[in-house]
Amino acid sequence: MITKKEVEYVARLARLKLTEEEKEKYTKQLGDILEYINKLNELDTEKVEPTSHVLRLSNVFREDKVRPSLKQEEILANAPEVEASHFKVKKVIE
Amino acid sequence: MELCELTGNELLKKMEKKEISSEEIVRSVYNRINQVENKLHSFVTLTEEEASLQARNIDGNMRKGESRGLLAGIPVAIKDNMCIKNVKTTCSSHILENFISPYEATVVKKLRDAGAVFIGKTNMDEFAMGSSTENSYFGITRNPWDLDYIPGGSSGGSATAVASDETILAIGSDTGGSIRQPAACCGVVGLKPTYGRVSRYGLVAFASSLDQIGPFGKDVEDVALLMNVISGYDENDSTSVNVEVPDFTKSLIENVKGAKIGIPREYFVEGLDGEVERAVKEAIELLEKLGAKTLQISLPHTEYGVAVYYLIAPSEASANLARYDGVRYGYRSPETENLLEEYEKTRGEGFGAEVKRRIMLGTYALSSGYYDAYYLKAQKVRTLIKKDFDEAFQKVDVIVTPTAPTTAFKIGEKVDDPLQMYLSDIFTISANLAGIPGISLPCGFSKKGLPIGLQLLAKPFDEEVLLRIAYTYEKNTDWHKRKPAL
Amino acid sequence: MAEYETVIGLEVHVQLKTKSKLFCGCSTEFGAPPNTHTCPVCTGMPGVLPVVNRQAVEYAIKSALALNCEVPSRSIFARKNYFYPDLPKNYQISQYEQPLAQNGYLEIGTDSAKKRVGIARINLEEDAGKLLHNIGSREIDGSLVDFNRCGVPLLEIVSSPDIKSPEEAYTYLTTLKNILRYLEVSDCDMEKGSLRCDANVSVRLVGKKELGVKAEVKNMNSFRAIQKALEYEVTRQIKALESEERIVQETRLWDEKKERTYSMRSKEEAHDYRYFPEPDLVPLVAEKKRIENIRKTISELPDMRRQRFIKEYKLSQYDAGVLTSDKALADYFEQVVKSYNNPKMVTNWVMVELLGRLNTVNKQVRESPVSPGQLADLLKLMDKGIISGKIAKTVFEEMFNTGKNPQAIVQEQKLVQITDEKEISRIVEEVLKENPDAVEEYGKGKQKAIGHLVGQVMRKTQGKANPQLVNKILKERLLKK
Repeated sequence: MITKKEVEYVARLARLKLTEEEKEKYTKQLGDILEYINKLNELDTEKVEPTSHVLRLSNVFREDKVRPSLKQEEILANAPEVEASHFKVKKVIE
Repeated sequence: MELCELTGNELLKKMEKKEISSEEIVRSVYNRINQVENKLHSFVTLTEEEASLQARNIDGNMRKGESRGLLAGIPVAIKDNMCIKNVKTTCSSHILENFISPYEATVVKKLRDAGAVFIGKTNMDEFAMGSSTENSYFGITRNPWDLDYIPGGSSGGSATAVASDETILAIGSDTGGSIRQPAACCGVVGLKPTYGRVSRYGLVAFASSLDQIGPFGKDVEDVALLMNVISGYDENDSTSVNVEVPDFTKSLIENVKGAKIGIPREYFVEGLDGEVERAVKEAIELLEKLGAKTLQISLPHTEYGVAVYYLIAPSEASANLARYDGVRYGYRSPETENLLEEYEKTRGEGFGAEVKRRIMLGTYALSSGYYDAYYLKAQKVRTLIKKDFDEAFQKVDVIVTPTAPTTAFKIGEKVDDPLQMYLSDIFTISANLAGIPGISLPCGFSKKGLPIGLQLLAKPFDEEVLLRIAYTYEKNTDWHKRKPAL
Repeated sequence: MAEYETVIGLEVHVQLKTKSKLFCGCSTEFGAPPNTHTCPVCTGMPGVLPVVNRQAVEYAIKSALALNCEVPSRSIFARKNYFYPDLPKNYQISQYEQPLAQNGYLEIGTDSAKKRVGIARINLEEDAGKLLHNIGSREIDGSLVDFNRCGVPLLEIVSSPDIKSPEEAYTYLTTLKNILRYLEVSDCDMEKGSLRCDANVSVRLVGKKELGVKAEVKNMNSFRAIQKALEYEVTRQIKALESEERIVQETRLWDEKKERTYSMRSKEEAHDYRYFPEPDLVPLVAEKKRIENIRKTISELPDMRRQRFIKEYKLSQYDAGVLTSDKALADYFEQVVKSYNNPKMVTNWVMVELLGRLNTVNKQVRESPVSPGQLADLLKLMDKGIISGKIAKTVFEEMFNTGKNPQAIVQEQKLVQITDEKEISRIVEEVLKENPDAVEEYGKGKQKAIGHLVGQVMRKTQGKANPQLVNKILKERLLKK
């Protein structure tokens, strides 16, 4: 259904560090869930339009007006690490 | 009788007559919290000081005869996935343990403007993912009717707080049943409004196309009152609908004569607990006796609801939860070598097992090569489920079902079997997929003394019919008056 | 050696000139202190929601129409998922399956050699924040993020692989930039980052049907750099093919100093962006009437204006081309002509004097210290004979340096032309006395000698004497001898 290798690939895409134990567990559990989900294949949906939204809304806009921003210290208040009024992270290598 | 045992409407009347003050109500509520909170754990954060200050201000304004809001002085508990400015919003997650919101959710702003007093932030399944409130980083919440049982979820804390008089009113969110199912488990009233009725701005997103904020109350009248305050278009939420908001308290009419009630055969099948079935059928008989017309209907795609839901919700969630990366706020893993590790460890350590499971599932469903088979397929079946309801509501005004197939289950019972846990949402999920409103109200108790919930569903933006039928049922029963012995 | 052909496709990102960001009310102004044009929405705080800026959509549709695109009646936003510190939500709200516009084209080249480059699609999306790796010269033990730019509306304009040479890529970019500036939807200023461009390039043997393996080239900060990077890449790829090396599909960065591209070679994972429809936003529906209303706001485009200049002002192909290559320049020209109706003269002054001086100080027309009105005034002074053409150039220089009006400069420096015949005659007498040799030579039939005498008169008057009068009086005087 889903292999451990796929679990590892997905975990990397989602930026989740998993322990070996978690990998095993998720391989099994996701497999079970996907197997259950496969019951959808009983349905012929060839001619069915997908619903990504139940609303029939369109063109919801705001006008191009500048509204006050937050103060710098408010934006940075929750940051784990700040330097020179910037958010700081481990070096980005390009 | 303590003030905390009364309903919001009863308290408002007493305040109107100047018999009591908001400060007295708040004190009564906190006395109750001091008595029972260590058994239940309904709250993640209590804001007693701010609440007392708010109450005193409101009392002062009332003495001065200043105009007061619809909820002036009434305690409200807020699920911890909605932002109150300068208060922690944790979503019961390690990753947001210390996040203090610099802004306020629209719903919170509306409640504040109406004079509500914020008691605290209630416990929940981490990021609203769960049906038992067992997935909280800060510990489980227990069912006030039996402490060995789960209170339902994910808005478990809001439901228990109302059921045990730790608050008068509460706000929750419902993505697949997270208001209705805990309301059923705890014997209170909970309503999930139509998608688009209440602004989601400031509600921490789980699954954006399904999430909706809604009220908890001790009776239908309180729920209607809260609906009057929180409903309405919001320019900050592109998916909130600009329709006129009725005065919901006007729907509180004791009359169901001629109302057409549909009973979907797909909800009364194997797996439905006998006691639950009996209670719901008795409720239907009572409604018939009161003048409602019942007819059998079919919602043929019901059995696919869970499968559709567990593709759409985790897919949206996998993107919604990507922002928790330890860069701008929240937990950051302390010792990492490089950026990739910083992300992976932060998220690996910051999220609990269920959240990671769903992020994995959603990421997988959206990943290259699987999109059509899973995500797109789910969206197509979603169309079929919605069509089922559209057709049903051509014939009936409301649909009556059990809220959940069983009463509350035991703590720990389903923790290791996610699929079984997911299947406990089977009766509530479809309303989110179709975007329709639903209400759960008490309709009996099991032999063990656990509450049973009755679910009513209506077509989009017809919360009024739900409230009218629920109110009529409630006026002719007294399940909602029972209190758990704590 | 075998013959190769080059295939280039360009992905251009331009910032739209809205006042506020695409999904929130924060200002888009450039150059503010870090993290001051930020709010919960554009920093991806928990619980926030986007709301689309109407103006951004209208600018996007306007651009699409000017680039001859189809604007489908319905388009939707999608989430593009990837983790990067400058992307607060770790997904970018962009477009994927139903873009804002598609199947357009851009005409490049002049009338004699016109060519259409296809525009495959145009997406409306949000910009990311800015990463900083050092403060001034100080290296930091990490990277810093500023979210001021995050959420500014971007138009992604993806060309078809129709471009056949680096030079053509350059022409495509200048033409595109010019059009967008004419529309006033973007500044298209590469220095400020309001225009960015990535290029896909591959080579193949002439006559081969399938495309060669392409490289994506990034990190160029001027149109010339893009051209050079592409030239380098084409040479590199041909060399590789000639020596039967395998070309790998990869991203390569342009090194401006070393003038070469190099492979990113980082542990770049396979892109799996997991696009799906953005559930927080509703579809954009472009009704016919709205599209037509937006179409009406499109003023004259560069090519049309060039044609008009040739017809209306009788300009040469070349002059009209230069003047309309920049909207600000064409506007400038027309404003001068409006108050001084001598297009030929204005063309010369704008193209030689104005552009020349602007180039030396590296300024844009918009920043010109001499306004169109001032230039017209100067030309009028010359026309009326108040100053000579030569003096006019001196005055212009002074205007350019000080921003003063020409009249003021002429008065202050007493540059008014001497047209008094008596006065000129007096000076001519002096000059004749002082230059008997020249007079004699003229007498012997050397016509040229008069030039020297005129020069002497001009010198004595610091160039203020009316040259025609000087000539006339000198000739009369010499004939009398």
